[in-house]
Amino acid sequence: MIVEWALNLALLAVGAALLLCAWRLLRGPELPDRVLALDTMYVNIVALVVLLGLRQGSKLFFEAAMLIALLGFVATVALARYLTRGDVIE
Amino acid sequence: MDFAHLHWAWQGLIAALLGVGGLFTLVGAVGMLRFKDFYMRLHAPTKATTLGVGGVLLASLAINWAQGSWVLHELLITLFLFVTAPVSANLLAKAALHLRVPSKAPAPPDQPFP
Repeated sequence: MIVEWALNLALLAVGAALLLCAWRLLRGPELPDRVLALDTMYVNIVALVVLLGLRQGSKLFFEAAMLIALLGFVATVALARYLTRGDVIE
Repeated sequence: MDFAHLHWAWQGLIAALLGVGGLFTLVGAVGMLRFKDFYMRLHAPTKATTLGVGGVLLASLAINWAQGSWVLHELLITLFLFVTAPVSANLLAKAALHLRVPSKAPAPPDQPFP
């Protein structure tokens, strides 16, 4: 009973965090702010997918979370390099 | 799925880890929304959000362990996130310095003109 309650609470908290990050992504005054918001959204989505996997009782969600974590890191590195150098791979 | 058949100590541990994870994730997002300039905003997601996701993944690990399957899959994601979060934060800080994003921090006393 307490686990289901905590699971719903964590889902709510992570969803609210995702909305706040989306607000910063849309509003962010500088470009690095938007990239930072996108990186945080990736990390939050990893947490959201893991929580949904716990709720559904399925192991498949774990692989999706792993892929999203890898893609998020690569995307952040590519965007930061683009902001610094002007191109990703010279 | 139902967790009622688990031992009460496992249930308490899992619920505590889930609560801590959700709370820290929310705190990181609120910090990113509320801080004043980019260099302050960099602090909130890199520390609080990483810790929050680590808590959620540890809760997933504890659920697997409580059901008798002694796997370490979730530690892989946790380790990966803990290793890559400082790297991406460092690259973003370098990008912001390169783009001369304005900072609200006061100038150091021996350097009156920033």
